Amino acid sequence: MVAAVEVRNISMAFGSNQVLSGVDLIIDKGQTTALLGANGAGKSTLIKVLSGVYSSFTGEIIIDGKSATIDSPITARASGIETVHQRIDEGVIPGLTVAENLLFERIVTGDVPNRVSLKTIVEKAVEIAAALDLNWNKSKLRSDVYELGIAEQQLLILARALSRSPKLLILDEPTSALSASESQNLFKVVKNLQDKGIAILYVSHKLSELDQIANNLVVIRDGKIRNEQKTPFSWDQALKEMLGQQIVGQRQEISSLASGKVALELKGVKLLPESEPINLSLRKNEVTGVIGLLGAGKTELAKIIYGAEKILEGEMLFENKKYQPSHPAEAVAKDIYLVPEDRAAESMIPAWSISETATLPFMGNFSARGIIKKAAEFIRGKQLVEDLKVITTSHLAQVDSLSGGNQQKVVVGRWLQSTPKIMILDEPFRGVDIGARRDISKRVRDLAATDVAVLVLASDVDEILDVADRIIVLVEGKIVMDEISSKTSKELIVNKMSEVA
Amino acid sequence: MSTAKLSNLANYDLRQFTVKYGFIVVTVVLFLWFALTEPSFRMESTLFSMLKFTSVVAITGLGVTMTMVVGGLDLSVGSIAGLSVTLSAMTMVIYAQTGAVALIVVLLGGALVGLFNAFLIVVLKIPDLLATLATMFTIMGLKLVPVDGQSVSSGLILRDGSVAPGKFTPGFLLIDRAYIGPVPLPVAIFFGLAFFVWFFLTRTRWGRVMYAIGSNPEAARLAGVRVKRYRALAYIMSGVFASIGGLILSSRIGQGDISAGNSLLLDAVAVSLVGTSVLGMARPNAWGTILGAVLIGIVITGLTIKGFPYYAQDVVKGLVLLTALIFSFTLSRRKTKFVPAV
Repeated sequence: MVAAVEVRNISMAFGSNQVLSGVDLIIDKGQTTALLGANGAGKSTLIKVLSGVYSSFTGEIIIDGKSATIDSPITARASGIETVHQRIDEGVIPGLTVAENLLFERIVTGDVPNRVSLKTIVEKAVEIAAALDLNWNKSKLRSDVYELGIAEQQLLILARALSRSPKLLILDEPTSALSASESQNLFKVVKNLQDKGIAILYVSHKLSELDQIANNLVVIRDGKIRNEQKTPFSWDQALKEMLGQQIVGQRQEISSLASGKVALELKGVKLLPESEPINLSLRKNEVTGVIGLLGAGKTELAKIIYGAEKILEGEMLFENKKYQPSHPAEAVAKDIYLVPEDRAAESMIPAWSISETATLPFMGNFSARGIIKKAAEFIRGKQLVEDLKVITTSHLAQVDSLSGGNQQKVVVGRWLQSTPKIMILDEPFRGVDIGARRDISKRVRDLAATDVAVLVLASDVDEILDVADRIIVLVEGKIVMDEISSKTSKELIVNKMSEVA
Repeated sequence: MSTAKLSNLANYDLRQFTVKYGFIVVTVVLFLWFALTEPSFRMESTLFSMLKFTSVVAITGLGVTMTMVVGGLDLSVGSIAGLSVTLSAMTMVIYAQTGAVALIVVLLGGALVGLFNAFLIVVLKIPDLLATLATMFTIMGLKLVPVDGQSVSSGLILRDGSVAPGKFTPGFLLIDRAYIGPVPLPVAIFFGLAFFVWFFLTRTRWGRVMYAIGSNPEAARLAGVRVKRYRALAYIMSGVFASIGGLILSSRIGQGDISAGNSLLLDAVAVSLVGTSVLGMARPNAWGTILGAVLIGIVITGLTIKGFPYYAQDVVKGLVLLTALIFSFTLSRRKTKFVPAV
């Protein structure tokens, strides 16, 4: 094996918080090395060190046998390290065409002449797209990048990174927004790159994915490398090292349906403009899991019930009464709550503390004649931190400063602390480590036991099987399966999901 | 620890200190400098006349601050203050009504223009800056129509040849001239409103929610906040504040000067922007706006006493604003920065 990149004794601290301590890592050419770690383990920091985001680390990075200076994203790139970050929307430039996005860096650096026709750009873009086997025709390349689906945007960013022929490609949870078949496409691309001799550092929480694609596995916890394996991997060992003291339990057995009372009934509701209307009842004491690919109508379903999106057609009954929310405030008043899909964009207010974030939906309860009751708010914040085991210095810490899993605990917990009748969670486990996922999962199950109707929407089969009593598969806005979870299996669900509507 | 690290630390602390207290230090130093070098600056009457002079800008700026909190910016405040001057003059001089009626007409006028702004922004979805810019021009022109483009003062010859029957009532003129103890009434109004805005923004749930809207409107909406109503409220309050500023201005001038309020917009927006930088908050806030207004008041009074020409004032105001923006945007290490929505 030839090392493409070698990391020697990398350490880094934020103030008194040692995030990386003496990390040694060898990433081989033509191999995919998986990096596994819970949120806050130091995974993101390591990636940011390699991609030049942080420059205040100690230690050495060796590329092709030579010590490299990486102190900015530009030097990282010049040294042959390309990173595809998790947030897709940060990688594309809206308002530009697909072709311009593909060539964006070259346009910026002036490799493309200042005066150039879109025609020339499209021709060059065709070459780049072809290198990745993207069957994008010229009219697609001429369209605005926003017209691409999220999976195609992901491929675009990848293609752009590859157009600079990197030595090391870092992929940070590249499949978090992709469907199963889209992920398979991506894996093919990754295998191809491997064969071309590119070293790949692959970060993901999805073990089945790593089994498929990785040659080497590195587990990081508390800023140290704990475990290194070559394929075939022992996941038991890897997870033990990753979670430390936490017990790696089996998925809990879920009893048969409690046939609770109907809390919410959807009659002839259209989820997508082109789709067939659906009927659906959410029951108390039940966790209903809805699974579907991107664009299957999951988020639409959640937002229609929550009053955040207009109902296209059909009606809803809440506790047997007509329910027509025109604003989320009306849903909240009826104790129907939603944890939206995108934490940062839809739940968090930048620079707000845990306490402030917790009370925002219920300001009326935390004020008297409009004046905020700080003491009550602090108590609520502290309770949230304790109840959900949020890892933080205090309830006054900024939510943005927490790790992803802990942020999620805050934005889920703020609703759990009130009195939900219907609790909707849209992709509650995205970008959340296994420990936090288990905590949230348990809380959601406990909640259903207290007469609450819970609706969980996700695109990961394991996640849904883990939490739901009843599983509904959505394909293009249509229900193709509705079954008690003990009567289903992963194979069956995947099968249904891939059905063509 | 290496020396490089040490100097980094020192740099960081100095930067922190500058961002947090820079403006207060500048204000105090300037004040002391003027006070020590110019005996007339030291007099209590100078201090109060300076605050009185500042009150119109400060009150209007407080309204602008409200709109900045919800992520917008009200550019029509100067024209609303100008409209208030004309409206009060028309009510008293042409229609011979009492000062109390004029007061109500002016406040209603301000609220209505605010409501109109809210309609443009919330219902018609025009970006804040552009909507209020359009309102500004419309109001500036519209107020001239009923008065045929003339300033309204007692003895005005009306269109039908008759002489305007009324005049500015003594009570109305007292708004700017009365004192509460040693404190001029406009200064008292200014402090009262400042306290109100501070309390509203930091201690009430409505203020809290407004800040949420300014930072992440979608997250606020999905937490069940009626974003549109709050944004409308901010613009209505801004309209009312500008009309209070206009009332004081009208009482001070004592006639319906049609050019009144024209220079107010830039000053009011400037003090609100200066305010965002105070104490390193990097967000619009009441005390910041007041400190900004007082700082500009001190500088202008001081320079005037020192005999600088009137046109030096704009240069100084510009430099003060620029410094504030550097504090807010360049030196502040806060990740979230206040940027008005366009």
